[in-house]
Amino acid sequence: MSQTPTYRVSHLDALEAESIFVMREVVAEFERPALLFSGGKDSIVMLRLAEKAFAPARIPFPVMHVDTGHNFPEVLEYRDRRVAQLGLNLVVASVPEAIESGLVREPADGTRNRIQTPVLLAAQEKYRFDALFGGARRDEEKARAKERVYSFRDDFGQWDPKNQRPELWSLYNGRHQPGESIRVFPLSNWTELDIWRYIARERIELPSIYYAHDRDVVVRDGMLYAVNEYLHARDGEEIVTKRVRYRTVGDASLTAAVESDADTVEKVIAEVAATRLTERGATRGDDRVSEASMEDRKREGYF
Amino acid sequence: MTAPAPAPVADESRTVDLLRFATAGSVDDGKSTLIGRLLYDTKSLFTDQLEAVEAVSAARGDEYTNLALLTDGLRAEREQGITIDVAYRYFSTPRRKFIIADTPGHIQYTRNMVTGASTADLALILVDARKGLVEQSRRHAFLCSLLRVPHLVLCVNKMDLVDWDQAVYERIADEFTSFAAKLDAPDLSVVPISALHGDNIVTRSEKSPWYDGPSLLHHLERVHIASDRNLVDVRFPVQYVIRPQSTTVTDYRGYAGQVASGVLKPGDDVMVLPSGLTSKIASIDTADGPVAQAFPPMSVTVRLEDEIDISRGDMICRPHNQPTPAQDIEAMICWMDESRPLTVGGKYAIKHTTRTARAVVRGLQYQIDVNTLHRNEGATELRLNEIGRVRLRTTVPLLADEYRRNRTTGGFILIDETTNRTVGAGIIREAG
Repeated sequence: MSQTPTYRVSHLDALEAESIFVMREVVAEFERPALLFSGGKDSIVMLRLAEKAFAPARIPFPVMHVDTGHNFPEVLEYRDRRVAQLGLNLVVASVPEAIESGLVREPADGTRNRIQTPVLLAAQEKYRFDALFGGARRDEEKARAKERVYSFRDDFGQWDPKNQRPELWSLYNGRHQPGESIRVFPLSNWTELDIWRYIARERIELPSIYYAHDRDVVVRDGMLYAVNEYLHARDGEEIVTKRVRYRTVGDASLTAAVESDADTVEKVIAEVAATRLTERGATRGDDRVSEASMEDRKREGYF
Repeated sequence: MTAPAPAPVADESRTVDLLRFATAGSVDDGKSTLIGRLLYDTKSLFTDQLEAVEAVSAARGDEYTNLALLTDGLRAEREQGITIDVAYRYFSTPRRKFIIADTPGHIQYTRNMVTGASTADLALILVDARKGLVEQSRRHAFLCSLLRVPHLVLCVNKMDLVDWDQAVYERIADEFTSFAAKLDAPDLSVVPISALHGDNIVTRSEKSPWYDGPSLLHHLERVHIASDRNLVDVRFPVQYVIRPQSTTVTDYRGYAGQVASGVLKPGDDVMVLPSGLTSKIASIDTADGPVAQAFPPMSVTVRLEDEIDISRGDMICRPHNQPTPAQDIEAMICWMDESRPLTVGGKYAIKHTTRTARAVVRGLQYQIDVNTLHRNEGATELRLNEIGRVRLRTTVPLLADEYRRNRTTGGFILIDETTNRTVGAGIIREAG
């Protein structure tokens, strides 16, 4: 066997090759795949991988944004620009419209994370998407650590963690009945640090909120929440200006920032490499509900 | 594109490689403690994860922080205190990045262990020094050898509870080595450890002066995996044909896929199966430009000099080195369906590389007892988690190699056409 160093494959190259394989597999086997694109760093990386998988042809599927209506303007602007650059077809599944039409009800606390799921499922049904690419990673959360690359979902989009299909080698089973679908996670084996190293290596542009900037925040539950039209300071909370960045980008009423001076990708990598908190633990109010909140949401059809 | 990111740093993203390993052993062998220890000592464990585990442990009245809660992510697992399904964990050192497939040890979850072992470069099998080898250790070793996991490491854990007695360690190591010899197990190492106290995990412990091998992490960082790939037999299963419908790119026809084995270069003579047509590689494309060679696990797009009809499920190889197109397949099958057993005459969908066909079970030679390796030749069916040797007939030829030569072109899955469930994993022994 040859041991020439030319046959070396770095871990990022191996992850990239695996993700590209998965995306090509889905396009070859499904009728109507779509990619869930939020303008967050994971779906941005996923979009880059899709570009690479089908070059020189265009990405052969639409992208869908499940829009809670609680957006960071920088992220929406980025989303529209990127979609135009790549000549993609964008489908917006709008939570505000779904509240308007009575499909879902606005929860008393104003957070829209849980009601995203029915909106996603309604859009999936409307456009008959039989496979949805999601940017979820197994390192994010303990229920996600149990996910397959192809996550089978029943007619209601539900995940049954005790009854998952075995998934051997790189032989993915995407067969399903009409109405059922598959969520596909090409980034399953990527970590937060891998994502950032790839962003650096590929020189991928991100929404500016991923880098350090000054923002008015309140401290709540030990986390820093930006004060904006979706989140107001409560009695006794003091609004302070801090230098922050976002580790994850989700619903603007739920996603917290972290204090940071990292204003370049290299500084972010150094910070992520040294952090002692997971990205969700540090920034996501929605995962703090209970020990199994992610598992429960996934069972309902969340990604 | 406006790129605020400056030129990429010359960081480890180009040099660090990736090792996938599976861990096997029961809860009592300290598997979770070992994983927790590896994560903790490589600073891959986060404060909030640890705090959550501590809080749950305290609430349940556990006497110590139960690290199993780190890996058992499902509510049912935490309630029952067992691992039901594979969990994937990630950690890295400056030398290597690791993916752990933490697999269940119980026999009723054999299929999930097989799932985790199917892509592993290495498997860790844990035993409790006080108990020595148990039925389960042998079963895990057998499954790892069946799936040709190239490297095995037996971790003799809880050495502190036998006062680091060299004789105990030697006895277990000898017994396992002689058992593994029967299995055609590849590279085997044995390490005496205490996961709880961290002995011989990251650094060598002074408690075992008689042990002259590396610490576990040292071994994981340095075990040579580059040669585990088959770089000899060119196998390129075509996944997808790229034909841009655009005015700027015209007449482009590329065959997209992931190199299963061998090294492809522009100018190489190739043969396409099953048609048998020959051509030359015109170029090997990636989104970052053409490359001078492609080898596993690269995902690339191959263009040929001649216009020939190629579609998904075909395979590009070399004229003088081809897989065997075969409709009669001899394989070991691990059965994974709880509702219906595999029976002679059963018909299933079969997925092999990028080719899907139908298969009928022509014969069942024997069922193998995974604990004793005894062959039961009178078996008439394979039930959940049972393994046996089966003869299949497929509707179209599979482009197959023996699994021992090629894990990609030698493996397949069976799918129940009614339920769509993956019901069997197959390991090709003979194709002809």
